Amino acid sequence: MAVNVTVTSPTAARPWARFGVRRLGRLLVSLWVLVTASFAMIHLIPGDPVRGALGPTAPMDLVEARRHALGLDDPLVTQYLHYLEGLLTGDLGTSISSQLPVSDIVAQRLPATLSLAVLAFLAAVVVAIPLGVAMGVLTRRGHGRRTELAFTTTSVVVATVPDFLIGVALIYVFGIRLEWFPVAGNETASAYLLPVFSLAIGPAAILARIVRVEMVGVLEADFVRTARAKRLPARTVYLGHALPNAVTAALTLGGLLLSAMVAGTVLVENVFAWPGLGSTIVQSILTKDYPVVQAIVLVYGVGVLVTNLVVDIALALLDPRSTIRED
Amino acid sequence: MQGRWSRVVRTPLGLTATALVVLVLALACLGPVLWGTGADAVNTDDILALPSAEHWAGTDNLGRDILLRSLVAARPSILLALVAIVISVVIGLLLGAAPFVLGRRTGRLVSAAVNIAVAFPGILLALFFAVVFGAGATGAVLAIGLSGAPAFARLTQTLVAGIAARDYVAAARIAGVGRFRVLFRHVLPNIAEPLVVNATIGAGSALLSFTGLSFLGLGVQSPSYDWGRLLYDGIGAIYVNAAAALAPGAAVLLAGLAFNLFGESVAKGLGIPAGFGLRALATTRAAAVPEPAVHGEEDHEPSDDVVLDVRDLEVTFPGPTGPVRLVRGVSFEVRRGEAVGVVGESGSGKSLTALAITRLVADHGRVDAARLDLLGHDLLAPDTAVRRRLLGTSLAMVFQDPMTSFNPTRRIGAQLAEVATHHQGKTRREAMARAVDRLAAVRIPDAEARARQYPHEFSGGMRQRAMIGMGLMGKPALIVADEPTTALDVTVQQQVLDLLAAIREADDVALVLISHDVTVVGEVCDRVLVMYAGRVVEDLPAAGLATAAQHPYTRALVEAVPDMATDLTRPLATIPGRPVGPADAPPGCAYADRCPLADARCRAEDPPLVATEGRHRVACWHPGEPVRPTEDLFETVESL
Repeated sequence: MAVNVTVTSPTAARPWARFGVRRLGRLLVSLWVLVTASFAMIHLIPGDPVRGALGPTAPMDLVEARRHALGLDDPLVTQYLHYLEGLLTGDLGTSISSQLPVSDIVAQRLPATLSLAVLAFLAAVVVAIPLGVAMGVLTRRGHGRRTELAFTTTSVVVATVPDFLIGVALIYVFGIRLEWFPVAGNETASAYLLPVFSLAIGPAAILARIVRVEMVGVLEADFVRTARAKRLPARTVYLGHALPNAVTAALTLGGLLLSAMVAGTVLVENVFAWPGLGSTIVQSILTKDYPVVQAIVLVYGVGVLVTNLVVDIALALLDPRSTIRED
Repeated sequence: MQGRWSRVVRTPLGLTATALVVLVLALACLGPVLWGTGADAVNTDDILALPSAEHWAGTDNLGRDILLRSLVAARPSILLALVAIVISVVIGLLLGAAPFVLGRRTGRLVSAAVNIAVAFPGILLALFFAVVFGAGATGAVLAIGLSGAPAFARLTQTLVAGIAARDYVAAARIAGVGRFRVLFRHVLPNIAEPLVVNATIGAGSALLSFTGLSFLGLGVQSPSYDWGRLLYDGIGAIYVNAAAALAPGAAVLLAGLAFNLFGESVAKGLGIPAGFGLRALATTRAAAVPEPAVHGEEDHEPSDDVVLDVRDLEVTFPGPTGPVRLVRGVSFEVRRGEAVGVVGESGSGKSLTALAITRLVADHGRVDAARLDLLGHDLLAPDTAVRRRLLGTSLAMVFQDPMTSFNPTRRIGAQLAEVATHHQGKTRREAMARAVDRLAAVRIPDAEARARQYPHEFSGGMRQRAMIGMGLMGKPALIVADEPTTALDVTVQQQVLDLLAAIREADDVALVLISHDVTVVGEVCDRVLVMYAGRVVEDLPAAGLATAAQHPYTRALVEAVPDMATDLTRPLATIPGRPVGPADAPPGCAYADRCPLADARCRAEDPPLVATEGRHRVACWHPGEPVRPTEDLFETVESL
């Protein structure tokens, strides 16, 4: 028995190190895939992207000059190395249409998108977790059959409606009919309300559903019975013992929702004329301003990877088994 | 198969969803035929008109009817979404089945790539491919199709891995059947159903994503139009004519919902319906005749040293046809320092009795009793802070499975300390010190370091000891242990039993030990309650189990345990027949069907639990009568 103890104490720290290394490795591989994909994008486009961007009437020497400026006449390997070098020094290239450095465009547009995504995520979590917990307690085994049916049906329907349609409906009701909120731009605080709501409500419904299902399951668990056997107050049993176990599973899916939300801003921004990356990327795709598109795809991708990393770390902290479980 | 599908349609949601899908598909087929010309009819005299009797949703900038255009757009929208989902499924299948076909190394590479791709949200992938393929319907179909592929690849991978692990697939491969043949013969047919269901849900999502791309101007281009394109045109004019945006919006929403809900309800209908475990157990209603109250109980006042006093305990659960009584009038008392064992087969109500006396019965069950007192306090009284404190400190519970009875997300020490902070007003530090002290008391080595560990870092036996330590945080007068050694290794079972015995001796703690193991109970306890079908059939001194048992069931239980004197050349004794569930309890003695002594009276009238001598009680019309010679019993068993 004593041997057992001396062996476990030093290894107690090791799973964390192993977890860190493994997670970092996965991040780097994903990052490399992302960077390579964004580099490859411009080369996967059939035909000449510069000719496409400048239109069929542009003079040949202008096209050649622009190709040279973009480095598109270099060998592929050289271009790739240049691209990586540029990324490391913060140089994302130059916009074809506006001739501005892409990094400036991104820096200028990113805050609006980021604030929208973060606010929407917080709103979804703040609504979904208490709602899911409450529903879980109300519909635990042998309780609230009708509440369960009503809740499940409502949340399925709400979660199916895409954010941009909710946005359109909100613009109609609150912007045009009631004239309560501005429907475009992000100048005022109240302008955040409708976009954040459109973006948050679907994920909130999904998250609340997951939390409820998890809660119902966890409330059946033996350790909840143990907590009851300790005669802890109901609040402590639900929030202290059941919730952390329900949230671990919810967080895994919540992470997917969050990264979907990062990308979901694209549509919502276009509905509400939000001056963020989402409206820029669509404009740039339509005008074939590829350096800008490349950079924004990269930014979204990095956002997703960072989100996943944060979720994994949070999961590991909440449920230490998850660091050891996967191997 | 037929029956399962018809079950989908029978639920209200499933019926609605099916009707919607049929409607949407009909619209896609017939829309352009019926209204195609009307939708394209240009009328420059009537441009951007508001909704009217003639044009319900108004007209667009060429004077075309928006409602008709929304109806006609069903065909391209749905067709494009279906093509996209087919692309997703086909590519997903190829990628997902690749690890199975390609062998380990290449397969790993493919699944790693799928795992990376799946981490990126679909819309981001769709944008990526939209850039590559350019804005337009073809590009958008490819973009949506490819962006959906990783999710299907992951799904296929999981499903294939599940099937590949089955015995018949392994057998086929060992028999030398080629990978492709195995894939097409055994694997694909088995995963077709979940794939189709998910593709249906996916079709709804593809429709909505496609609409999104068209709405951004990256999908269908003018003069063609789908719902997304109409929405794109409509939102520009939303201040002039809101219906121009709302009509196509409503159409796409309805169609998307139809596919999603249809897929979800098919998934639900084809799966195994979730039900209560109790349902199966409680198939029939309990006998309508009220159970005779327990007779023969001397009406003595509880003496001072009675820790637990239980009279006429009943536990009832709702069943499909009415309430089912799973514990039917159990009475006993436990004195200070006394160890009482409760034995019986599964379903005899012994565990439920333990949960009832600790007030831990799941809250859709009902607990009734003429008396249920712990240390003179009524346990049936409503829950108050005072009562919680009393129970939290003087009643300890040890559960069957130490693996699942600790909260996996909290440290062991904190889980023990909680009792002290909640019930004894201690600070965190004091409580933690007490927890470490208690862990040491239950013989956990290096308790201080162990207290900082999580449950998964403890072995099973150690967890069970920690669980007992948790009960010792207060000053328990009674420990209720529900099969505390069943889930443990034989070698550690004895440690746990010894620990319980030591605690009992040291602090004069009473113990109620629930077990199906007569030997364990005989070894640890002073008295034994034998339960059958929700009732106590015999209450006797543990020392008398082998010699003084009077109920034929008790005697059979003891017989069934082999000992050193058992003749191993003969089959081991068993109790013929199946235990009757409390739910099926007959009007007479529940054991009558299996009892060699049963007569007409046994079948008609349930024997009361009466005292024979001292505290020995038995519920039998023929207590102590010799049973048939065991030879006959063996023949019965063998002939079964």
